[in-house]
Amino acid sequence: MNNTTTKRNTTDIVKAGLAKRYARERRFKLMGVAAVSISMAFLAFLLISIFAKGLPAFQTTYIKLDITLEKKSLGLPEEPTAIEISRARYDKSIKKALLAQFPDVTKRKEKRMLYQFVSSYASRQVADALVADPTLLDTTASLWVLADDEVAALARQADYTLEKKDKQTEITRARIEELKAENRIETRFNWLFFQRGDSREPEAAGIKGAIMGSFYTLIVTLVLSFPIGVAAAVYLEEFAPKNKLTDIIEVNINNLAAVPSIVYGLLGVAVFINFFHLPRSAPLVGGIVLSLMTLPTIIIASRAALKSVPPSIADAALALGASKIQTITHHVLPLAMPGILTGTIIGMAQALGESAPLLMIGMVAFIVDVPTGITDPATVLPVQVYLWSDSPERAFTERTSAAIMVLLIFLIAMNALAVLLRKQFERRW
Amino acid sequence: MPLSNSLLIILAIALIGFFITRQRAYSIALKNGGVAKLHSLPLYYGYLAGIWALVPALILLACWSAFENTLINSSVLGLAPADLVAQGEDQMALLLNQVQNIAAGSIEASPDDALQARMVARMQSLQGTSLLIKSALAIILAVVGVLWAFKSVNPNYRARIKVEGFVRIAMLLCASVAVLTTVGIVFSVLFESVRFFGKVPISEFMLGTHWSPQTSIREDQVASEGSFGAIPLFLGTLLISAIALIVAVPIGLMSAIYLTEYAKPQVRAFAKPAMEILAGIPTVVYGFFAALTVAPALRGWGESIGLSVSSESALAAGLVMGVMIIPFVSSLSDDVLNAVPQTMRDGSLGLGATKSETIRQVVIPAALPGIVGGVLLAASRAIGETMIVVMAAGLAANMTVNPLEAVTTVTVQIVTLLTGDQEFDSAKTLAAFALGLMLFITTLVLNVIALHVVRKYREQYE
Repeated sequence: MNNTTTKRNTTDIVKAGLAKRYARERRFKLMGVAAVSISMAFLAFLLISIFAKGLPAFQTTYIKLDITLEKKSLGLPEEPTAIEISRARYDKSIKKALLAQFPDVTKRKEKRMLYQFVSSYASRQVADALVADPTLLDTTASLWVLADDEVAALARQADYTLEKKDKQTEITRARIEELKAENRIETRFNWLFFQRGDSREPEAAGIKGAIMGSFYTLIVTLVLSFPIGVAAAVYLEEFAPKNKLTDIIEVNINNLAAVPSIVYGLLGVAVFINFFHLPRSAPLVGGIVLSLMTLPTIIIASRAALKSVPPSIADAALALGASKIQTITHHVLPLAMPGILTGTIIGMAQALGESAPLLMIGMVAFIVDVPTGITDPATVLPVQVYLWSDSPERAFTERTSAAIMVLLIFLIAMNALAVLLRKQFERRW
Repeated sequence: MPLSNSLLIILAIALIGFFITRQRAYSIALKNGGVAKLHSLPLYYGYLAGIWALVPALILLACWSAFENTLINSSVLGLAPADLVAQGEDQMALLLNQVQNIAAGSIEASPDDALQARMVARMQSLQGTSLLIKSALAIILAVVGVLWAFKSVNPNYRARIKVEGFVRIAMLLCASVAVLTTVGIVFSVLFESVRFFGKVPISEFMLGTHWSPQTSIREDQVASEGSFGAIPLFLGTLLISAIALIVAVPIGLMSAIYLTEYAKPQVRAFAKPAMEILAGIPTVVYGFFAALTVAPALRGWGESIGLSVSSESALAAGLVMGVMIIPFVSSLSDDVLNAVPQTMRDGSLGLGATKSETIRQVVIPAALPGIVGGVLLAASRAIGETMIVVMAAGLAANMTVNPLEAVTTVTVQIVTLLTGDQEFDSAKTLAAFALGLMLFITTLVLNVIALHVVRKYREQYE
């Protein structure tokens, strides 16, 4: 009797508390949803803000000017060679063309302002046009030249320019309208961004140098880290005797995977640059440092892939008389290859996004030329992002975001390739 | 380039050696009654020839190239008159550098410097001779190697065993690259740090509260004037890492709990790759975002409620770093939570506990060691993170724990000290290595503990 009352009491107690407990359950679950949503929201916000900032950088503004190109005033001989044409300075002709376009400008100060209408890269463009078509010399040619970044921003009415109402801006706006009325101003896709190296002028700055630098650096990284990583993984997985040395190597690899990347940069400075005197700022050193950094990733992934190949296959090969190395190279390694390649691609993606160690070994220099080899001074995409992000001009902020977009597209492509490989070739034994 | 030419020649010799030796193995096998009469397949005799051609020649080239510069340089410097030598090592190093650059053709020689011209001439002639001798020796070595392998083809020669032995050694060497890397890191950082502590006492570095390395490169100034006290850096690093962990640990852990325990497969199929994307975004992108979007936004909010927020506040860097670490914490916790046996959950649910009670009172306590390990790894990552703080945190070493002010971190200082001028003897650059040593030791200790805890924990449930 007594017993049942207690029982009923317990049930009652439980029932009385149920509503509270369920509420707590819901709250807990909600916290989980909130946590996941916060991460997703941040990701979305990050991507949207970068895309919104970066898109304008893919457009650029050109102005059509009637430039008079007299050989005499350009200091060119009667029969100029292509090199002479390309070396001549065309700034004065461009300035004259600008003055001819806007004849009402007379004061010195106003003139100086007008000269900033076109990019300093315009001179190069005129030279290129003349090299392509020397008959333009001694004529007045209508050429499209690159506008200055601020003019470009005003021309496409970027939102940050709308509030600018000072006198100069108003004059520039009026001039842009004038040009528009004459169809002399035009927005085009910014091919220069993919064709040029770095520049002090945002409108003429491009990421080709950085992309090539990243390319050479990654090639060095791949050539070094893939064979070494796979060989090390095969040794540790298949040959290594169980002893102290093997243990040390294993603990080492796990620790190296977690060493901050900047420490690899210190290693690069002290060993490769100061001791071995390898060239600074070169993709060669960058690649070596990054390959040391990605080795642990590749080794760990390769070992997992090797481990997943069933021992029955190796046993069958061994039973038929294959040597241990034949078994591995003919059977185990090919079967593990998709997994190894997936790990390698992920490691390469990490290396592509890495910048801290490269700052240490001098890949932060301002480099205009596009590198053509692994010993040329170069910079890489993420470091270019870092360099541009310091510049105060709005146009550089846009270009930074655009460079990030390009970087992210490369990274997503690499990761997608890894996922594809995994999906395509993954075998469950 | 002549060196690459000789490399190509050696490679060609190795290839030719491979084919002719394999061919010889075939013909010998035919004479003796078939390939089965050979100890190894003909292929292996060929491989052996290739190895004999390549390996000794390449080792020779590598060793020669490593030592030739030192010899050439000392010989060239021998031309310098005594009064120049008396000017000290720096002057000599400068001269040598000039001569090297002129000899390589990267800068123009000054026309009226006879000594320089003599030195350049000697350097070029020595370099030419050295290249010639080294190429010739390497090529001879390669040919001898092939001939040796070619001669020793006979049915009883155990070519496969030799090739496999070589492959094994090569693999062992590859595996020890990891150890060499660690040794390299330890030695490079330690060596320079010792030099630094020769200039600045270690007690001052570890306990001093004033950090301003820029002042100490002024001439005639003794470095030990209290400008290398690293406490503000340690404090700044801890502050930013703490903010990052306060953001990342709850969110990461709750995400992992939700994704492993509650989420439907469809949600998981979407959320997990999104987390991976978050993890795959380069840190420089986070840094850009922190510096250009988060920091100004925080500053604006602060102003609107009457707080003065620095534009390089620790809060902005810490928040963004926290978001960066979320996927890291979440994926580690995910593994750990998945490793808790289902029977434990079933037992708790069977006794009438709700899901959240099960998670809080059974799953998390069981997974706690693993979670702690994950948090330690996350902390080590936060401490070592560079780009976010370089771009979003300040340079001024303020002694403060106010997250709204600007602080600087160890990694920021390493970057600022080492980019720019490269005088390798100044206390300023050496200080970067001392900071690197601290960073390495701290993260190493955290990692070792974390990996140990995680491994112990895994064994428990396996």
